[in-house]
Amino acid sequence: MIRSHVLICGGTGCTSSGSMALRDALEKELEAKGLTEEIKIVTTGCFGLCALGPVMIVYPDGTFYSMVQPTDIPEIVEEHLLKGRPVERLEYHEKTGDHHVANSLNETNFYKKQKRVALRNCGVINPEVIDEYIAMDGYAALGKVLTEMTPEQVIDTILASGLRGRGGAGFPTGKKWQLARNLVQDGGKKYVACNADEGDPGAFMDRSILEGDPHALIEAMAIAGYAIGADEGFVYVRAEYPIAIQRLDIAIKQAREYGLLGKNIFGTGFNFDMSIRLGAGAFVCGEETALMTSIEGNRGEPRPRPPFPAVKGLFERPTVLNNVETYANIAQIILNGPEWFSSMGTEKSAGTKVFALGGKITNTGLVEIPMGTTLREVVEEIGGGIPNGKKFKAAQTGGPSGGCIPAHLIDTPIDYDNLLAIGSMMGSGGLIVMDEDNCMVDIARFFLDFTVDESCGKCTPCRVGTKRMLEILDKIIAGNGELEDIDRLEELAEYIKSASLCGLGQTAPNPVLSTLRYFRDEYIAHVVDKKCPAGVCKNLLSYVIVADKCKGCTACARVCPVGAISGSVKQPHVIDTAKCIKCGACMSKCKFGAIIKQ
Amino acid sequence: MKKKLTTVQFRGTKEQEEKLLEVIEKYRGTKGAMMPILQEAQDIYGYLPIEVQKIIAEKTGTPLEEIFGIVSFYAQFALNPKGDVSIAVCLGTACYVKGSGDLINKIQEKLNVEPGSTTPDGKFTLEATRCIGACGLAPVLTINNDVYGRLTVADLDGILEKYL
Repeated sequence: MIRSHVLICGGTGCTSSGSMALRDALEKELEAKGLTEEIKIVTTGCFGLCALGPVMIVYPDGTFYSMVQPTDIPEIVEEHLLKGRPVERLEYHEKTGDHHVANSLNETNFYKKQKRVALRNCGVINPEVIDEYIAMDGYAALGKVLTEMTPEQVIDTILASGLRGRGGAGFPTGKKWQLARNLVQDGGKKYVACNADEGDPGAFMDRSILEGDPHALIEAMAIAGYAIGADEGFVYVRAEYPIAIQRLDIAIKQAREYGLLGKNIFGTGFNFDMSIRLGAGAFVCGEETALMTSIEGNRGEPRPRPPFPAVKGLFERPTVLNNVETYANIAQIILNGPEWFSSMGTEKSAGTKVFALGGKITNTGLVEIPMGTTLREVVEEIGGGIPNGKKFKAAQTGGPSGGCIPAHLIDTPIDYDNLLAIGSMMGSGGLIVMDEDNCMVDIARFFLDFTVDESCGKCTPCRVGTKRMLEILDKIIAGNGELEDIDRLEELAEYIKSASLCGLGQTAPNPVLSTLRYFRDEYIAHVVDKKCPAGVCKNLLSYVIVADKCKGCTACARVCPVGAISGSVKQPHVIDTAKCIKCGACMSKCKFGAIIKQ
Repeated sequence: MKKKLTTVQFRGTKEQEEKLLEVIEKYRGTKGAMMPILQEAQDIYGYLPIEVQKIIAEKTGTPLEEIFGIVSFYAQFALNPKGDVSIAVCLGTACYVKGSGDLINKIQEKLNVEPGSTTPDGKFTLEATRCIGACGLAPVLTINNDVYGRLTVADLDGILEKYL
């Protein structure tokens, strides 16, 4: 008789902070105490609060432990699991007003405003056991579709729900399926594909779904197969996601064993099977035509559109390609109806969106919110604000294709159209928060460096244009910029946007354009005053000792690798800026805050 | 990303070659099998030198230049063998805004090795990787299969010492 379940997060974030060692320690301890018949350990997918990992929840009481170490296990077993007294010091405490309170997971500010649809099973079930998915109504939608609905009805349902693609551009999913079903009707082969090549550095929602709820993807792809008339599917996953690949592989095998993939599914005569294809580290393969070229076994270069994949996709046949998060909504829409789905979110952006909160924010992790939630709610309430008393400067969405949302637009409700209107984009859902210590010119350079590196080289505007933009930014950061450079950046950006072959090039200038739009003064400061206001760009700053604050302890002089600091004991020291290599060692060593960057 | 050809002599064994032939056989008839073949070949040899590409070209009937085109296109296909200790610093956005750029500069300086290459003694390989998805622990780096998170430049000495 199991009287208690202990859920341990087995997502990549928590695994990286040691959750598997924690599980092993708990297993051992339960064995030693003879509790294996009473207490069951469940390794789940991501709970979302990666910053607090490794995390662990004990049911039935729902106690939420964070940052648990293997050495804490004996105490948890002895006190909580045997005596029923939760270990208070390990419980997650949230600051509410003046006091800290221990909360169960669902009561925390981090979770309260969330609405979990795509992530509904992540952190709840064991993703390696198909029965747990079935117990959460898994494969009921596939059953309903195959036995009660025509393919047209399935497409109409998805259309009516207002679901738009969660991978970037936000194309209506139902429309995509309709085109793939109707445009070519020659009775030949069609394909269903899934884009799990989550390339935006800083976005990891697709990985979390694969790791935490892989069957949701399998079920949805089978439904898509039925809707468009395909019997084969491919999932293109980044090779950097070993845990996700392994769990998806297990899930596909289990689904085959249960007859949920393969021939004659549910005895209806419908056949569908799927396989995994691994990426090999090329960002451009997140672009739909490049992804298909890569699955076909070639260099992942994009193809001109038209023809669109709905007409000529994989192996020259009609193909539907959606991303993981889009698929994760499908079964819920079928089961709960399109009205249920469109009741969430805003008029033109129905449903919820998952964001990967990262950067300078207290609660880094994964959050799923109804569309239309404001950025302020996400940053201040769910995200717990900016750490170390720093000020919010901007949030970056859409990764290398997106842009920045500055502080004065923090009350913008997040949906596809609002983000586009302010010069950013939804993208796959990376949301990186930046504080006053981040230089926006440096951030723009970071993204451009990324696109230069990842440009496939097929078309000139992207291959050469982005490189020229990067050179201009490098010049500005080195302190050699001139005002005309800013105009040149804008001019080049327009050419690249309008003339590039694929989405990568067409959006590559966005980080520069958006930072120029909102933080032009920072560019000017770099170019005219030769200063980096945030103190990031090394060539534009110098380290100085504030004489009033310096106690003459000599710590800085001793740590300086080039002997640039001089001064006698108990007398204010001085930095020789000509010798200084700006490594910052002195600043981190000074106990009195006497060394500043300016 | 630019890739340098290797100067290290090829030391493939008979066993490795047999394994590779099995892999090629396994995928015979599969559409678009070149990527999985190359991935498994890299698992066998640790990298994809021209000698291995030639075997694949011959057995699959694919022109060698096409295979080289694929190998040089994707970041994860390596033309050079990796060092015993493989250090990968995450340069995803979440890590970058939290200072992973400083981490990689420091390691580069300490080990005297450029990102994407290996020290002459074959001991350390330094790589800049895209997001590994441990953004909650930013900035992170991995050494072989160990993940180190919430790092500052000051932590590096202690960590690298373990692998010296």
